[in-house]
Amino acid sequence: MPDIPSPCLLDARQVEVHLQRICREIVAASGNSESLALVGIRTRGLHLAERLKPMLEEILRKEVPLGILDITLYRDDLSELTGSPIVRPTEIPFTLRDRTVVLVDDVLFTGRTIRAAMDALQDHGRPERIWLAVLADRGGRQLPIQADFMGLKLDVPPSQRVAVKVKEVDGVDGVFLETRA
Amino acid sequence: MTTERYLFPHRHLLGIEPLSPRDITAILDQALAFEEVCERPEIKIVPALRKRLIVNLFFENSTRTRNSFEIAEQRLSAEIINFDADTSSLSKGETLVDTAMNLESMRPDLIVMRHAAPGAHALLARHMKASIVNAGDGAHEHPTQALLDAYTLRKRFGRLEGLRIAIVGDIRNSRVVRSNLWLLTKMGARVTLVGPPTLVPRQMARTWPGVEVSNDLDAVLPDQDAVMMLRCQFERGTGAFIPGPGEYARFFQLNAARMKLCRPDVAVLHPGPINRGVEITSEVADGPNSVILQQVTHGVPVRMAVLYLLCNPHGEQVP
Repeated sequence: MPDIPSPCLLDARQVEVHLQRICREIVAASGNSESLALVGIRTRGLHLAERLKPMLEEILRKEVPLGILDITLYRDDLSELTGSPIVRPTEIPFTLRDRTVVLVDDVLFTGRTIRAAMDALQDHGRPERIWLAVLADRGGRQLPIQADFMGLKLDVPPSQRVAVKVKEVDGVDGVFLETRA
Repeated sequence: MTTERYLFPHRHLLGIEPLSPRDITAILDQALAFEEVCERPEIKIVPALRKRLIVNLFFENSTRTRNSFEIAEQRLSAEIINFDADTSSLSKGETLVDTAMNLESMRPDLIVMRHAAPGAHALLARHMKASIVNAGDGAHEHPTQALLDAYTLRKRFGRLEGLRIAIVGDIRNSRVVRSNLWLLTKMGARVTLVGPPTLVPRQMARTWPGVEVSNDLDAVLPDQDAVMMLRCQFERGTGAFIPGPGEYARFFQLNAARMKLCRPDVAVLHPGPINRGVEITSEVADGPNSVILQQVTHGVPVRMAVLYLLCNPHGEQVP
């Protein structure tokens, strides 16, 4: 329904403020920053992880490795889809052993994407622990999964959609509330 | 890269001929993700085709193609049944359609078939709900071989468009060459078929416009980005078309002396199995320009891509 304007929950500046805070919380929580690594979930989680990387590196004054995860092949509803989406490569260019991995995604909803992401990550190695950072937790969980670090926490009915937009894909940074058509 | 909204529009892979350039690019792009799976240090398996049943139906012997398909199926977590013609009811006189109906009752999602008759796959596709993958049909098509060749070429050169490729040898009896001709001409590569007049039917240049035909390998080699050597298929009667392996080698063997005519970065391909000392010498097959073993390696992710894309048919189904 394009005639209803989407309310903006966070603008570009507020997104930046939330990401900065998430960074400080990650640093405070990780006793040993040597082991810290980011893994972004395609597509928008990856772009958020790319923002977090330089912020973390500025605070820690060291390199934080960044991996990319495409979870499509691990979806629990893959066999029910009409048509197979083209999957792009996963890239984990570092060993996961003894790492603290921060999984990064845009919106946390049912928890099924994160379940798939954890399965995918386990196939690449055995991290010491996995944390989850999201820009928005919209409620509506179907699995016992929660975020360790989050920007917005909302309780949005299923008829509405929380859309995180990033410059790289959508031309604009922000979090928007959309009503499903 | 293909856009995210693109969905593979085919239910079967009967050959390269029905595919569009976009479909071909989609398969090759999808194979990139599966190559990453195959290169993992430990767990080279994804749950994408869990609960799916795939039947490998081979009416002709083919150890390496079947092994490659089986590895691909295992790495996608599919359930697999191998059905070999010589051990089945076919040797007792059952027709192909009867075999198909029996298989259908097992509710397979996908059938990978090799059969000597070019129409066999289309026949099966008409009688079954399952997706059919052609793993070679007589001298007609061998689509996954052409796709893995293209994947290897694209990886080496970063593109297919504008590449100059010579396909050398037993053109007449090769299904690999027909699938490659469809694929390479659709993707804008420039192909020259080379071999003795008895093995290179001139009318092939009419089916694939733009394809050149030559009987002089030495004259063709200097211009090529890649040279694809074909096996002399003595079991398919190649011997009747040439004076003998020695005479053939004198004019059409890729050896160290002929490599000196080629560009230094030329890629040497061969679909295997190799007749060492006939169409290619060991020096070249095992040399720095050879990508023959990479072709074998790439066979698995390319076949994973085909199986994955066919397992979720959508919309209006194109054969």
